[in-house]
Amino acid sequence: MLITCPYCGPRDVIEFTYQGDGNRERPDPASQNFEAWNAYVYDRLNPAGDHNEIWQHSGGCRAHLRVVRNTLTHEISSVAFASGDHGSTARRKAEDKP
Amino acid sequence: MAEYSAFSLLANALKGNKDWKPAWRKPDPKASYDVIIIGGGGHGLATAYYLAKEHGITNVAVLEKGWLGSGNVGRNTTAVRSNYLLPANTRFYEHSMKMWEGLSHELNYNVMFSQRGCLNLAHTPAQFDDYARRGNAMRHLGVDAELMTPAQIKRLIPALDISSDARFPVVGGLMQRRAGTARHDAVAWGYARGADRRGVDIIENCEVTGFLRDGDRVTGVTTSRGDIRARKVAVAVAGSTGRVMRLAGIETMPIESHVLQAFVTESLKPFIDTVVTFGMGHFYMSQSDKGGLVYGGDIDGYNSYAQRGNLPIVDEVMSEMLALFPGLARVRMLRSWGGVCDMSMDGSPIITTGPLPGMYLNCGWCYGGFKATPASGWTFAWTIAKDEPHDFNAPFTLDRFHRGLVIDDKGQGANPRLH
Ligand SMILES: Cc1cc2nc3c(=O)[nH]c(=O)nc-3n(C[C@H](O)[C@H](O)[C@H](O)COP(=O)(O)OP(=O)(O)OC[C@H]3O[C@@H](n4cnc5c(N)ncnc54)[C@H](O)[C@@H]3O)c2cc1C
Ligand SMILES: [Zn+2]
Repeated sequence: MLITCPYCGPRDVIEFTYQGDGNRERPDPASQNFEAWNAYVYDRLNPAGDHNEIWQHSGGCRAHLRVVRNTLTHEISSVAFASGDHGSTARRKAEDKP
Repeated sequence: MAEYSAFSLLANALKGNKDWKPAWRKPDPKASYDVIIIGGGGHGLATAYYLAKEHGITNVAVLEKGWLGSGNVGRNTTAVRSNYLLPANTRFYEHSMKMWEGLSHELNYNVMFSQRGCLNLAHTPAQFDDYARRGNAMRHLGVDAELMTPAQIKRLIPALDISSDARFPVVGGLMQRRAGTARHDAVAWGYARGADRRGVDIIENCEVTGFLRDGDRVTGVTTSRGDIRARKVAVAVAGSTGRVMRLAGIETMPIESHVLQAFVTESLKPFIDTVVTFGMGHFYMSQSDKGGLVYGGDIDGYNSYAQRGNLPIVDEVMSEMLALFPGLARVRMLRSWGGVCDMSMDGSPIITTGPLPGMYLNCGWCYGGFKATPASGWTFAWTIAKDEPHDFNAPFTLDRFHRGLVIDDKGQGANPRLH
């Protein structure tokens, strides 16, 4: 299995660490919504087909990637940076500081 | 129906083995049953057997989408043990172990249960201490466990590299002598014949494609061979749990499907007469009665329904094998295969009523459910018959995650790929 990292290009799967289901939404850290936390920690879609998942290019650029992979065929239909908005917001905040 | 005895073996041998009868019928599905069991694996078949035998419920169908034994019951590496740490697991798997000890006799079917022992190797003093803790926990509940020194281990497994130059020196091990292996296909066939003989319909090539519902209540299934009604519908589909539960409208489960691979070498003379596990990675090995070394390691590590593996794990398992047994470097691997395991969030199974009325669920076996086959069937049958758990499976509920009562033997948290 090859994953095409947007920075590094196609690399063997052994360079990557699977971080699991990318559909889960982490509640706000201050949230006391028990159901939301429970769903985040334990509930999985586990589809037979296209699966939205997070991989880290831990043996390369170390970026976290959002990968859509078919769990029946291992065919990968898209790879993008997982940090996307998240990262840019964080960066923006850091730049905002005087 | 074919009964096996010294006399029947001899009589059939003299007649060229031409008169053996099929071990189970091939009935067409009836319009309705008291209980439908989805999944003709070891667990589904054992459940049907104990429903009939222990609870007198014989109007039962087992629906299997392929042929009997095509799932994990025929794909596993046959290790049977009860060396767990947490009491809920130890009690359950030890109950299973006791059932294994009488299973061939119970089924009148030789499941070739061989109590050749299972030895977990420790490679650091801390790991050895950890095994001592586990051994004490086991003995506390009446399960056999023994710590072994490197010298004792070398006598037991001469081919093992225990030298101090080994990449991972062996500092000791934890042995369960009553553990061992069993012939996996025979387990499925023996339960199938036992259930069939008591009136259970075993229906192969019958895929469940949906659930019949009356409001919330499950009242039957739709299948590739038509609709079949039932008062109770039990699901025991191992790695297909996510898919089948989705057919019932249940979108998420505390389960991920992962592929586990296994390997067999060409046949060798007697080489190792126990099951051995490597403590510094994930590798285990035993020798089959035909002489092939049977071994495996980690799951591939990402969700998969592929029922075949990828190369990185092949590479990893081989290098771990050679770290322990450098002498096997030139032995040829004969074949490898994969099975889809339903990895649960705490590594422990789910055997429960629900989650919908009229439904019963047996899943979450991860890659250790073969050894559970007798106790899984026995407790699941109890739960289906009485609509309540037996003490042995009472902790294995579906809502234990929700209630904070996880049974996490390895302490890995909600990380299915690490259990
Ligand atoms: C490579 C490998 C090695 C293993 N090694 C060990 C070991 O050494 N020791 C151990 O204890 N455990 C081991 N296991 C785990 C063990 O095999 C499983 O946990 C156990 O067999 C699962 O229960 P089962 O036998 O009922 O499952 P299966 O045999 O998989 O039965 C489930 C059945 O459900 C059927 N099914 C699925 N969907 C449908 C549908 N829609 N309609 C009808 N039927 C359906 C499938 O075809 C299948 O036959 C291993 C597993 C693998 C893959
Ligand atoms: Zn990269």
